[in-house]
Amino acid sequence: MTVTDTPDLECTAVCKDFGQVRAVDNVSFQIPKGSFFSILGPSGCGKTTLMRMIAGFEDPSSGDIEIKGKSVLNTPPNKRNVKMVFQHLALFPMMNVYENIAYGLRCVGTDKATIDQKVKDVLERIALPDVGNREVHQLSGGQKQRIAIARCMVLDPDVLLLDEPLGALDLKLREAMKIELKLLQHQFNTTFIYITHDQSEALVMSDHVAIMNEGRFEQIGRPEELYHAPKTAFVAGFVGDSNRWSGKVSAVEGGKAKVTTDAGLQMLCQKRDGSDLSAGQSVNIYVRPEFISAKRADTGAAGDLNAIRGKVDSVLFNGANSRVLVRGPSGELIEADVVVTGSDSDLRAGDDVALSWSDQQTMCFAT
Amino acid sequence: MAQSRSNKAFLLGYRLYILAFFVFLAAPLVAAGSFAFNDSLFPSLPWQGFTLDWFFNDTEPKLGMFHDRRLLRGLYYSAIIGVMVSALSVFVGTTNAFLFVRGNFPAKNFFYIIMILPLVIPGVILGISILVMASNIANGIEDRFNYEIDFLRPGIVLVVLGQFSFVTTITSLVITARLKKFDYTMEEAALNLGASRIQVLRTVTLPFLRPAMIAAGIVAFLVSFENFNTTLFLVGSESPLTITMFDRMAKVGSTPVLNAVSFFLIVGSGLLALISVVVQRNAPSD
Amino acid sequence: MQSDIKRLSLILLFAPFALWIFLLIALPHIGMVILSLREKVAPRVYEFGFGNYIDFIQEPIYWNTLLRTGSMSILVTFLALLIGFPIAYYIAKIAGNRSKGALFLLCLIPLWVSDLIRAFGWILLLRETGVASSFLLWTGAINEPIEFLYNDVTVVVGLVYTVILFMIVPLVSTLDGMDDAMVEAGYNLGGSGFTVLRRIIIPYAMPGIVSGCIVVFMLTAGSYLTPILLGGKNSSWFTEQIYDQFITRFNWESGAAFGFLLLAFTSLVVWLGLKLTGQTLANTVAKS
Repeated sequence: MTVTDTPDLECTAVCKDFGQVRAVDNVSFQIPKGSFFSILGPSGCGKTTLMRMIAGFEDPSSGDIEIKGKSVLNTPPNKRNVKMVFQHLALFPMMNVYENIAYGLRCVGTDKATIDQKVKDVLERIALPDVGNREVHQLSGGQKQRIAIARCMVLDPDVLLLDEPLGALDLKLREAMKIELKLLQHQFNTTFIYITHDQSEALVMSDHVAIMNEGRFEQIGRPEELYHAPKTAFVAGFVGDSNRWSGKVSAVEGGKAKVTTDAGLQMLCQKRDGSDLSAGQSVNIYVRPEFISAKRADTGAAGDLNAIRGKVDSVLFNGANSRVLVRGPSGELIEADVVVTGSDSDLRAGDDVALSWSDQQTMCFAT
Repeated sequence: MAQSRSNKAFLLGYRLYILAFFVFLAAPLVAAGSFAFNDSLFPSLPWQGFTLDWFFNDTEPKLGMFHDRRLLRGLYYSAIIGVMVSALSVFVGTTNAFLFVRGNFPAKNFFYIIMILPLVIPGVILGISILVMASNIANGIEDRFNYEIDFLRPGIVLVVLGQFSFVTTITSLVITARLKKFDYTMEEAALNLGASRIQVLRTVTLPFLRPAMIAAGIVAFLVSFENFNTTLFLVGSESPLTITMFDRMAKVGSTPVLNAVSFFLIVGSGLLALISVVVQRNAPSD
Repeated sequence: MQSDIKRLSLILLFAPFALWIFLLIALPHIGMVILSLREKVAPRVYEFGFGNYIDFIQEPIYWNTLLRTGSMSILVTFLALLIGFPIAYYIAKIAGNRSKGALFLLCLIPLWVSDLIRAFGWILLLRETGVASSFLLWTGAINEPIEFLYNDVTVVVGLVYTVILFMIVPLVSTLDGMDDAMVEAGYNLGGSGFTVLRRIIIPYAMPGIVSGCIVVFMLTAGSYLTPILLGGKNSSWFTEQIYDQFITRFNWESGAAFGFLLLAFTSLVVWLGLKLTGQTLANTVAKS
C-alpha cells in the first residue's frame, strides 16, 4: 500500500459501551482522502458517540481508530489533527471573529504575522473578508456557521467533523448552507465527516453515506446506491419515502418471488443479488411512490407489472412533487407521485384508480 | 366602564403606595447624608446654610472627615479588610463553583446545604465562635510552648477570617449560578482546537466567569465594609470604619462629620453596587 | 491516567471548601458548645455541666429576652413580607420595561448601606430635636418637642426598614420568572383577583417568599445595632445579652451558652418554616 492510498480515517471494529448499553457496535469503515462522508441515522443511534470518539472526547471500549494510517487511541483530543464543528457551533462569545479563528494558532504559539496572514486567507476563502473585528453576536446564523468552519480549517486538519451544524438554522438558510458546505468542501479539499439525522442533507452533499442504526452501520454507499439498492429493510424504510406491505413468499420462480400480503394482495418482486428468499418466508415489501403510476381505472395492468385498484382519498398538491393518497382494497393508504397539470385529466378525490409498478422496483426483505 | 374606573383607581392607589415606599426607603438616607452639608455644629434643623467644611475643613471644632485621623484610619482598615475578604472569598467561591457544578462525589447535596448554612447563621454567633476557637488555640500554645501567636488574638486577621466565613457563601452562589450557564461544549471546542487544559481554563472558562467574579468581589467588599455584628467581637486595636463610627456615636454623640462619612459611604456603596449590577447585566451569554 | 487527574483536581477543589467549612464553621461551633458546657466553680476552676443553661432557665430576664427577640423577629419578617410583596410584584409584573429596571436598581443600590447609617438616619429624623419633631412644632400640631425614639414601634419600623430590601430582591427575581400568561389564564378561567393571587401567584412565588423570610428573620434576630440605637438601653434584644456576657462581664461560658441558644432557636424557627411550606434550603436561599 502506498502513502497516497492511505485513507484519511479508518475505524476498525470500534465499540463503545456505556454501562450495559452498547452505543456503538462493531463499526468499521474507511474514508478516502478528500471526500465528503456522511453518517446518517435517527437520533440516539450512536452517531454522536462515534464522532466524539474520533475527536477524542470518548475512548472506544474496543477497536481502533487510525488517522492517516496512525492509531490515535492514545492521543489526547487537543493533540489530534481532527477538528470539529459543534452542533451549536460553540464560538467563544468573549472573543471577536478574528480571535476565534486565531485561537488554535495562538495555542500552538504561531507567530503573530503568520496568524494575521492565515486568518486573512481563511476569511477570504469563506467569502467573509471584512468581519474580523465583529463580535460573534453581530453575525447572522449562516455567517456564524462559516466562521465555525474557518476556525477549524485555519489549522489545516486531516479530517473535519461536523455534528449536525445546520440543525439550528431555519429551513431556507439550511437549504442554502447545504450547497455552500459542499462547495467549501471542494474548495478546501479536506475530508469532511458530516453527522445528521436529516436524509436530504446527507444525500445532497455526500460522496458516501453510512446509514447507522442502533449502534451499527447498516450500509455504506453512494447516495444513489442507498436509495435505489438498499441492502436492509431499515435502509429502505429510512432513506426516502416508501409504501410498505408485509406478507409471505408464496413461490420463487425464475429469479422472481411471488408474495401474498397480509391483506391477500399478490405482488411480484425481482430477487436482488445475494438475497435469499424461499417459499413460506415472512417479508416486508417497500415501493417508492415515484415508481407507482396512478391512472384512471379503465386501463388494465400489463405483463410483469404489479397492480392494485383503489379510490383517490386526497390529492396532496406540492408543485412538481405532488402526490395522491389512494385507499387500497384492504383500506390501507398508498402514496403515489403524480403530475398535476391543472387540466381536467388530473386525478381528483373520489376517482377510481389503477396503481401499477414494475417488479424491478419492488424491494423485498426477509423479516 | 365601572370595572375600568375601579381598576384605574386601584392602579393609582397602587402607584401612590409604591411612591410612599420609595420615600420611606430614601428618607433616613437623605437625612443621614444631607446634614453633612449643614453649616452647624449639630446634625439637626434649622438649616444654617450650605458648607463643605465637614468634609474638608482642617481645624476644630469643625474638623472635616478627610482631616480626621481616626476616621481616616478606620476607612483605611476597612478598605484593607474588604480587599482581603473579597480576594479570599472570590477565590474560594470560584473553587466551590467548580466543585459543585463539575465535581461528582458522594453526599454532594448534603455538602451543598452545608455551603449555604453560613448565610443563615447570625453574624454574632460566627463572631463569638471564631473568637472562642482562636483564643483557645492561642492560649493552649502559650501555656504549652510559652509562645504568643499574635494573629489569633483579636485583630485584622480574625476580622478577615470572621467575615470571610459567611461572605464566601455569597460569592459561591453568585459564581456557581454563572458557571451553571456555561456551555460545556465550548471547553471541548477549545480542546479540539489544540488548547491544553490550562489554556482552556485561562482563555475560555475564566473569561466567561469573569463578570460574576467581579460582581461577587464587589458584593464581598461591600458586605465586609458594612459588617458590624461579626466584626464587633473580633476587632483589635485596628478598628474598621463602622466600629469607629459606632464608638464616636456612643461616646462623643453625633456630629455632622458622621453625616459626612455617611454621605461618603452611601454614595460609594451605591456606586459599587451599581457597577456590580451593570457588570453582570452586560455579561455575554451563550 | 485521565481518572487520576480527575481525582486530583477534585481533591484540589475540595480542599478550600473543606478548610473553610471545617476550620471556620464546624470547629468554632463545636468549641462554642463545649465552652458553654463549662461551669465556673471557683476562679480558674471549671467543671463540666449544664450550669450556664440552668442559669438561663432560672433567670426570667434571659429567656424573656430570647422570646421577645424571637417574636418581634417573626413580626418584622411578616411585616416585611406584607409591605414588600406588593412592591416586588409591581416591579416584576406591572411596571413598564424601562421603569422596571430603574425601580429595581433603586432597590439594589441601597442594599449594602450599613445598618449603622440607616439607624443614624432614623435617629436624626425621630429624636426629640429631630426633623419630624421640629417639623410638627413648626406646623403647630404640637407645642413641645416629642421623642419618637426608644419605643418598640420605632424598633420594629427600623428593623423592617433595615431588612426589607432583602425580602424584595429575591421576590422580584422569582416573580420575574413567572409567565404573564399564567396570570391571564387564571383570570380567563374565571378566577377573581383574590383567587388568582392565592392559587397562582403565591404558590409560584413560594421559593422566593421562603427565601426572603429566612434571610430577613436571621438578619433581624441576629441584629444588634438597630435595636440598640433605636430602642435605647431597654430594648432587650438577645444579641445585646450575648455582647454583655462576652465584652462587659467577660463571662465567655455563659455568653457561649447564649450564643448556642440563639442559634438553636433561630434554626428551629427556620426549620419549622421550611417544613410548614414544604420547601428546602437548597431551592430557596441558594436561588436568590
